[in-house]
Amino acid sequence: MEAGTLTRSSAPRAGIRLPWVGAGLGRGAVVLYLSLIVLLPLAALTDQSLSQGLGHFWDQVSQGQALRSLKLTLVCSLIVVLINAFFGTIIAWLLVRDHFPGKAAVNAVIDLPFALPTIVASLILIQLWGAKSPFGVNISLQQPAIVVALLFVTLPFVVRAVQPLLMEMDREMEEAAASLGAGGFTVFRRIIFPNLLPGLAAGVALAFARALGEYGSVLLFAGGLPDTQVSSVFIRQQIESGNDTGAAAVSVVLLLASLLCLAFVTLFQRWGSRHERSQGAGLTNMPMSGDAGGGTHEEDEDGRR
Amino acid sequence: MAVGSGATSRWGLRVLGLGYILLLLLLPLGLIFYKTFEHGIAPPLDAITSPDGLHALKLTLLMVAIAVPLNTIFGIGCALLLVRHRWWGNPIIDAIINLPFAISPVVIGLSLFLLYGTTGWFEPALAEAGIKVLFSVPGMVIASVFVSLPFVVRETVPVLQEIGTEQEQAASTLGANAWQTFWRITLPAIRWGVAYGVVLTTARVLGEFGAVSVVSGSISGQTQTLPLFVEKQYENFNLPGAFGASVLLALLALMTLLAMNFLKRKEDA
Repeated sequence: MEAGTLTRSSAPRAGIRLPWVGAGLGRGAVVLYLSLIVLLPLAALTDQSLSQGLGHFWDQVSQGQALRSLKLTLVCSLIVVLINAFFGTIIAWLLVRDHFPGKAAVNAVIDLPFALPTIVASLILIQLWGAKSPFGVNISLQQPAIVVALLFVTLPFVVRAVQPLLMEMDREMEEAAASLGAGGFTVFRRIIFPNLLPGLAAGVALAFARALGEYGSVLLFAGGLPDTQVSSVFIRQQIESGNDTGAAAVSVVLLLASLLCLAFVTLFQRWGSRHERSQGAGLTNMPMSGDAGGGTHEEDEDGRR
Repeated sequence: MAVGSGATSRWGLRVLGLGYILLLLLLPLGLIFYKTFEHGIAPPLDAITSPDGLHALKLTLLMVAIAVPLNTIFGIGCALLLVRHRWWGNPIIDAIINLPFAISPVVIGLSLFLLYGTTGWFEPALAEAGIKVLFSVPGMVIASVFVSLPFVVRETVPVLQEIGTEQEQAASTLGANAWQTFWRITLPAIRWGVAYGVVLTTARVLGEFGAVSVVSGSISGQTQTLPLFVEKQYENFNLPGAFGASVLLALLALMTLLAMNFLKRKEDA
């Protein structure tokens, strides 16, 4: 699996490895840490969800409010990733191909939802689009509030996934297409879009995972009414009312959905790196920061103008 | 230059994209500062400097002080293992590290709640040792470590791949031992990537709400971090208090953005 840049020299990979312990010891420490922090809690969760049998698990997941919250979460997340796929691609294009004053600031502010605590986001959104809205638009404690909150927290994913692909893209293809008479939209549809698709898909899958599990930003803004209860809020209410098994059952459903999303992210990245650039040792590269794909950088773009 | 070369479509995209950012990101950010200082600086300041507010701030910083170094050491070591040591288990480790990105904070909180709770697997042993994990600081630390686990690994792996092993091989040829090579060659080469991961980790720990809220019980003056303090103040209709703490967190978020921007430039240079 160590393809690409790593094994440029096919000499035995000496050099530095884990310096202070043997690799085996290090591996043991890593596995222990991951087991203690991540795997053991998730095992306890799964165990609790099945503690009263599979039938009970199913009852908990398919009972009225649980099912309703799952459906609501799914529908809202889908709407949100579609909207952000559209705007995210436009914003990425603006940041890579366009030049306008304040571009660096815009590029920096994209990560705001990563940096701003979700509960603060919820508090702000309620001021902006709640009962005391300066625009007279009140959507708080209604379903659109869920969508707005999720749009806020998932915005960076698509932008940061598409941006590096757009930077690395060879413009010759586009120019060739244009010189052969293709219009702007045709070039986008036939040349640019297919090239962006793996990154876009990976970003969308990660944004979807985030949207499915989002809690803080939705909590105050959309509230926990039966109509506006997403699954994470529902789980929290079940914990508070002492129904641990019910909470765990719905959690396991969300967990499985997250795993599925991650599998898709990995798949899309393999797909992207197969005909584009080699991603190195086949390790995943999350579009969670401005430098998701490594490679060409913002500075190069700016310097070229 | 092909797409958007027409002035109309270019301006159309600008209006769409920048308008969206303005509406979704900048407007909220501006509003929070306005709302907080609407009636002067005293109300938010009073809220933060109240005993509960100060305690929340201290506790938040304590979370950072424990979780960030832990995940940084783990992150660098794990990245070295993943990139430099071929092992059949690497893809599995790689996949597990990504889990905290995708799992709902509430699900993470509940998992810890069940593991360390009264019916949990560790309960007998913990009770005997007299250690309280749930509704106290250790549980909150574990939750913070869980949610912020991937960042340093994810930021260090690509940098390690990029620098290759030639310099390290040269160093070891010249007689440096592994430890020296790591401190003199590897760490300086990957430092900006690691620093970037540390910034992301810090931001995540500072702002974590869902997971910590499930395991902490949010007891004022005891197990309340700043994000939990914001929620409690809002629920108690103490808006100046909620805004005061929010502005503090928003300022930290802005500092994070600046740091990210700075480190990205360093990394690219």
